[in-house]
Amino acid sequence: MTDTVIEFRDVNKWFGNIHVLRDINLAVEMGEVVVVCGPSGSGKSTLIRCVNALEPIQGGELVVLGESLTKPGVNLPALRTRVGMVFQSFNLFPHMTVLENIMLAPVKVRGLSAAEASRVARALLERVRIPDKAENYPANLSGGQQQRVAIARALAMQPKIMLFDEPTSALDPEMINEVLDVMTDLARDGMTMMVVTHEMGFARRVAHRIVFMDAGQVVEEAPPDLFFAAAKSDRAREFLSKILTH
Amino acid sequence: MLDLAVIVNNFTFLVVQGLLGLGGFTGGTLRLAIPAIVLGFVLGIFIGIARLARAWWISVPATLYVEFFRGVPLVMVIFWIWFIIPQLLRLPIPEYGVALTAFVIFEAAYFGEIVRAGIQSVPRGQVEAATALGLTRAQSMRYVVLPQAIRNMVPSLVTQMIVLFKDTSLASIIGYVDLTKAAQIVNNREIRPFELYLFIAVVYFIFTYSMSRIAGRFERRLA
Repeated sequence: MTDTVIEFRDVNKWFGNIHVLRDINLAVEMGEVVVVCGPSGSGKSTLIRCVNALEPIQGGELVVLGESLTKPGVNLPALRTRVGMVFQSFNLFPHMTVLENIMLAPVKVRGLSAAEASRVARALLERVRIPDKAENYPANLSGGQQQRVAIARALAMQPKIMLFDEPTSALDPEMINEVLDVMTDLARDGMTMMVVTHEMGFARRVAHRIVFMDAGQVVEEAPPDLFFAAAKSDRAREFLSKILTH
Repeated sequence: MLDLAVIVNNFTFLVVQGLLGLGGFTGGTLRLAIPAIVLGFVLGIFIGIARLARAWWISVPATLYVEFFRGVPLVMVIFWIWFIIPQLLRLPIPEYGVALTAFVIFEAAYFGEIVRAGIQSVPRGQVEAATALGLTRAQSMRYVVLPQAIRNMVPSLVTQMIVLFKDTSLASIIGYVDLTKAAQIVNNREIRPFELYLFIAVVYFIFTYSMSRIAGRFERRLA
């Protein structure tokens, strides 16, 4: 029996009158890498933003690491320290150096000493392969480097789950692989990951499972070899034909 | 020809009384401007943050405050406090108290808008990143939003401080002897308007230009 770390139970979400998530039922196990794909506007970013409660849900239940996010009085900041997130637009803090970006939450939230946090941060910069950029400001880094710093910043809180919201969509093509390589390493190390991406090569190589969404619903779930070879739904086949032919 | 003797002979009155407010009358441009800037800004920070509060009973009064005081002339606010408040409270308020209260209340509306705009100029993704790392709302405001917001606010803040500094000359309408009023008093006796008003223009300029230079250095240091 494996441990379920994320469980959506009949989750519904609206933005005003727009029904963006419809009756989502989905479970992610410890150590699993789940790639969420689908056309734009299908609700895939919203789906993973619900996992660390950046977006509230309006119906159903969402349980993350044993905590029900809709339970009154749930400590969301504490939960978020255990769920790392990487954004499409990096969102590094421009007024801080790379090292300060990574150290902020460990020092202010977990109460690490500056020396200890700095040691952790430098080790993480090794891991994302940019140890020499510690003293730089984000503005002086390439997009690929910035995104790797963002990954290191999230990892510094030692999360149990990592969420990636289109981490390579804002990158020039030649920088995509350096970010995907870091993510692949992370997956190989056993990190539980939910990744929204259009990088189907990454999905095929790294994901344990593909979740295909359309119009706010999970249309299909399958292991990657099955999904790419023989998607069951018309909508998934149509989506794949559009993105795999160019 | 410029007759600078009028400046030299009345220098003490103009500077000690008019600028510093240390003469025999209630007055002084700096004595009014400095606390008005500091207190107005502090009140403005609260108003700016209050305008962005989620709770309507905080944000709506703050918004009404800003809209109201931006919508009326400063002179009118000075007159209200000068004529109406003493009647309501049945006790006299000295010129200095009236002038300072009027400036702080009035300018806080403008400072509040600058603070609000500064906070809103920080992209939403910054708050989301801080939130996702487990920072509380107060921590993300303190460590992520405000440092960036203040940097964005500096140019508008300095402009507003300069405006306020010059507007203190309006306090002369209730008999507050600031630099402008001091020059007026001397002029009534000496009839040397050109020299006197040129002199105080130079004094105002020295202060406002210094403020903008200091701000420029501060901005570069933050960048």
